[in-house]
Amino acid sequence: MTEFLNVLTDHWSLFGQGFGNTVKLFLIAGVGCLVLGVLLGAFRVSPIPALRWFGATYVNIVRNTPLTLVFAFLVFAAPKLDVNFDYFTAAAVALTVYTAAFICEVVRSGVNTVAPGQAEAARALGLSFGQVLLEVVLPQALRAMVPPLMSVMIAMLKNTTVAAGFSVVEAGAIPAYMAEFGEPQFYVLLWIAIGFLVLITPLVLLQRVLERKLAVAR
Amino acid sequence: MGMKRAAVFATAAAFAFTLTACGKEGTPTASGDSNASGAAVSDTCKPSGATFTADSAAAVAGSTTFDKIKSANKVVVGVKFDQPNLGYKDTSGKRCGFDIEIAQYVASKLGIDPAKIEYKEIPSANRETAIKGGEVDYYVGTYSITDKRKADIAFAGPYFVAGQDLLVRKDESAITGKDTLKGKKVCSATGSTPIQRVKDEKLTEPENIVEFKTYSECVSQLLDKKVDAVTTDDAILKGYAAQNSTDLKVVGKPFSTEKYGIGLPHDDKALRDYVNTQLEAAFKDGTWQKIYDGTLGRSGSPATAPAVERY
Repeated sequence: MTEFLNVLTDHWSLFGQGFGNTVKLFLIAGVGCLVLGVLLGAFRVSPIPALRWFGATYVNIVRNTPLTLVFAFLVFAAPKLDVNFDYFTAAAVALTVYTAAFICEVVRSGVNTVAPGQAEAARALGLSFGQVLLEVVLPQALRAMVPPLMSVMIAMLKNTTVAAGFSVVEAGAIPAYMAEFGEPQFYVLLWIAIGFLVLITPLVLLQRVLERKLAVAR
Repeated sequence: MGMKRAAVFATAAAFAFTLTACGKEGTPTASGDSNASGAAVSDTCKPSGATFTADSAAAVAGSTTFDKIKSANKVVVGVKFDQPNLGYKDTSGKRCGFDIEIAQYVASKLGIDPAKIEYKEIPSANRETAIKGGEVDYYVGTYSITDKRKADIAFAGPYFVAGQDLLVRKDESAITGKDTLKGKKVCSATGSTPIQRVKDEKLTEPENIVEFKTYSECVSQLLDKKVDAVTTDDAILKGYAAQNSTDLKVVGKPFSTEKYGIGLPHDDKALRDYVNTQLEAAFKDGTWQKIYDGTLGRSGSPATAPAVERY
């Protein structure tokens, strides 16, 4: 037991740095993919065919590409086209671009749960497309969006570990360091699992609060 | 532009391949990356020419590992596969390099035909676990002897002495040794001893430290000018320099001493003593020199056999 605890206490700064970067990456990519995802979702339900086509193409290409390949493209292929990111930026961009495709689909399915009569009534009142979407449809769609949205965010939090392979020292890079220190891998991995559990718990609580707040009597 | 596009697609394709390889082997690779610059790179394995015949009379009294090997009539050896001229597997699946041939030599002295070796590719981080868990009988792959590791496993050897050095682009003139790294981007394997030494001795600023899973990825970044130097043991770096001598060079001022040993189960002293005796025989009768000259020695730098350290 003491050996298990020592794995964490002896390498406090490494765990702190690792999970610190994980959280930083999650927050930046989280905001980025929400903005981009909602925008793409709006494209997909918009009345303009070109925007609908763009949204659908983006989702089909990005959602079907492995995340590691998105990273590899930004880190190994982009420099050959003279496009240079630093490694942390590349990781944040890769996670944003990748997760936005999933958010877009969550938004679209949420919009589809709102009865068409709502949008029709709003249009009859003379509201523009933007007003219909932001003031009538999306607030109602949010209720159905919360559970899948949180699943996507939790998946994204765990996906940050891919960045370890692309020169970002986050939680996923900790095992490599610890192996070099000669620490038992089993305990190291257990601590990392616990770390992620701690990070994910607030997201689960947030989901519960939102669901309760948005609930309506049917 | 056409060339560049082609290079991008080549890299993307290499990664697509890498991903499938990942799934199969459990360890990452980045084969073909060093190729991206378009320089001629020889990938085909060439054996050193040394021959190993199984010693059918081999016996190691009191060694449980040897008994296991003998009754199974095969040996499982942990190796690396992405280090040119050391532990390497070419595109046709043939294995070659200094470490591979040392592993074959040891197998022959344990009474096993080298053709019957079952190779397992074990990444650095999992070596102790693999030896302790009996997943491999022994491990030969740039495995530095350290006291910390000796608590988990045992080492025969050393069979080679390496030192940390720097790999730079051929036209690099500013980097001449470890004290000229300030302000330069330095790459090595994630969490590895060489990169931790760079951090501990503050050879460059923290934001200039770059870490990838494999050295091949670092070499690719070096060729793309995203990093200025790759650092690890000179043996590994010489392998890359020999593979791509038009674009890369090794600085040649080692600043550490790494003694490579053969990783063995911790409590099998009988086997450790036996392997040490066999290594000494190889140092003496010229087998070691023949293996070195035919593999790492092709980089042009000579080496002599070290002295075995028994404990």
